[in-house]
Amino acid sequence: MNYPKLTNVQGYALVLLRILIGWHFLYEGVIKAYNPSWTSRGYLLSASIFKPFFAWLAGDSLISTIDTLNIVGLIAVGISLLIGIKVKWGCIGGMLLLLLYYMAHPPFPNLPQGPSEGSYWVVNKNLIEMAALFVIYQFPLTTVFGLENLFSKNRVNTTIN
Amino acid sequence: MANDNNFGKWNRRDLLKALGGIPLFGAVWYSGASLAGSAKREKQFLLETLNIKASPPPTSGPMSGKPLRLGIIGFGIRGEQLCRAMGFASTGWLKDMNEALEKNPKDTRLADFKAQENLNIKLAAICDVFDERAEDAIASFNNGDNKIKRFRTHTELINSGEVDAIVIATPDHWHAPMAIEALNAGIHVYVEKPMTHNISETYTLRDAVLKNPKAVFAVGHQHRQTQSFLTAQDVINKNILGHISLVQTNTNRNDDNGAWQYDIHEKASPKTIDWDLFLGNAPKEPFNLEHFFRWRKWWAYGSGLSGDLMTHDFDRINCILKMGIPNSVSASGGIYTHRDGRNVPDVMHVNMEFPDFSTGGSQKAGKEKGMTFVYSATLGNQFDRGTLLMGHDGSMELGNRITVYADPRSTKYAELIKEERIEAGVPIYQYDPAVSGTDAVTSATAKYFANKGLLWTYRDGKRVDSTFLHLREWLSCIRNGGTPSCSIKEGFEEAISAHMGGLAYKLGRRIDWDPAAQKIIALPGEDLDAVLLANK
Repeated sequence: MNYPKLTNVQGYALVLLRILIGWHFLYEGVIKAYNPSWTSRGYLLSASIFKPFFAWLAGDSLISTIDTLNIVGLIAVGISLLIGIKVKWGCIGGMLLLLLYYMAHPPFPNLPQGPSEGSYWVVNKNLIEMAALFVIYQFPLTTVFGLENLFSKNRVNTTIN
Repeated sequence: MANDNNFGKWNRRDLLKALGGIPLFGAVWYSGASLAGSAKREKQFLLETLNIKASPPPTSGPMSGKPLRLGIIGFGIRGEQLCRAMGFASTGWLKDMNEALEKNPKDTRLADFKAQENLNIKLAAICDVFDERAEDAIASFNNGDNKIKRFRTHTELINSGEVDAIVIATPDHWHAPMAIEALNAGIHVYVEKPMTHNISETYTLRDAVLKNPKAVFAVGHQHRQTQSFLTAQDVINKNILGHISLVQTNTNRNDDNGAWQYDIHEKASPKTIDWDLFLGNAPKEPFNLEHFFRWRKWWAYGSGLSGDLMTHDFDRINCILKMGIPNSVSASGGIYTHRDGRNVPDVMHVNMEFPDFSTGGSQKAGKEKGMTFVYSATLGNQFDRGTLLMGHDGSMELGNRITVYADPRSTKYAELIKEERIEAGVPIYQYDPAVSGTDAVTSATAKYFANKGLLWTYRDGKRVDSTFLHLREWLSCIRNGGTPSCSIKEGFEEAISAHMGGLAYKLGRRIDWDPAAQKIIALPGEDLDAVLLANK
């Protein structure tokens, strides 16, 4: 696949976005990993339109697996985006996690909003972060800034001018 | 740039581009880990400083042995609930629950009832002055396993030789006469609150309990079984709150049922109701359906807010603080929300003074002593004002959950507040039996979920209600020995305090208690019982 050449600023702007999102994912994962009493149970059980699905996830048999997967997922996506390794997979993983968070509490009219620090209608920060990951997914930014520079076989096409 | 992976040819810029994320990763990880670690240490520090022992009340003893034979007197709203808590649901209720379940498969009431532990009893006798109710009990509980018999009067039931224990769920004016008769016949008694309807019978009942130590006596304050009760006691024992000067309790209701406007049965008539038996020692009155079904609205049979509802709050606080009977009580209020002919108030405030009471303090000796217990009620608004114990060092919100806040001007926590290890407005302790463990500093999000009851965990896979636990405790004392948590001492204190509240309201003056003589002080020539029972 051929990618358009990016200008310096375009490339670094996208990398900045990738780093910020990675930072956010990693920090959320680490905070949860170091807090033994953290659980996603409350968030899942208070889900609105897809309640049966999320209540199933929050059930006694699944909840500890779900919590662990969530923490591992957050940290893995964070590392991927922050240090620039397997970024496309990181983007996909991140989008999937965000989709789950979004669907548990979609800011649709007439639905309970759950705990939230702002005001949202259809669009919330989860959705925006998801869209940002979708943008990052479109560009091979690891060679601009990222560990995959070390392994890149073909750096010419994707480096910035 | 070169198209290869040869490290030797990499310049510093390339390496920065490749490896620059790693220090960022380290910084984020370190920051998250150290923040989480310090939050954990702070929480641990607070929990260790407070050292509150969070524990649910112990379970009562085994229900094994020969089945106990029980009689129920009064099969109205509460009587039916009590039977259900003992494992006997009426046919009507079961039908309603089956219908509710068909409409909503998530309705767990029927499943909860079926999952309830078998208390190993036979419901052997029923006494109700209304034929329909007595027949309903017989139709519901007469089956292969259980034989139930109707008795016209409580005396016949008590002396039938067919019951070991009775549950009294009648109007207030019948509580003491029935309980006294049963105790003197050696029958165990569980009586609904308030324990008595007037002052003199409170003493007679106490004598009857003391004279018949083999008969186990319990008063129906099921709040004593609340999961948070022992933990709240430990908060007080450890003097977490400092000297408590004010306790605030209340009732807030805003519906007809809550205002005692109960349904009038379509088949009720002088033919189906033994009116004279209902009246008992109450003033003679022509047959009156309002009086029969909505008896809580008249002093002659009920005791309004002070007897029906304040007693719960008084007993709840008394089981934690053990403050006993107040030195004096004043009250005010009126009939403001339901002007329908009732004579008990529907808005009422009772202030109980305990000038010598102390929970211990953190300031110099002698500075603090004395407490006011405030009960404030309205049947015209249901905003939940919460139960609050307010001390010099902290406040405790008391419900199914316990939340403790440090007071910004506390002596005990002054250093910690100065060091910003305790923040005003953030609970320093929270106990919620529905979530595992306890919490010191709770995040807004966790609180949001807990308040919605979403983090409830089941005890042994079952969710049990406090009425069941309270009856079970009484039955266990009958079988295994021991004294129920709400027995005669607690019942006596509850009844006297409630009567003082009723008297203060009716007389419009402060009512004093003489602790040495163990008497409510009357003016010369004043008959306090006559005042209390007067239908005005």
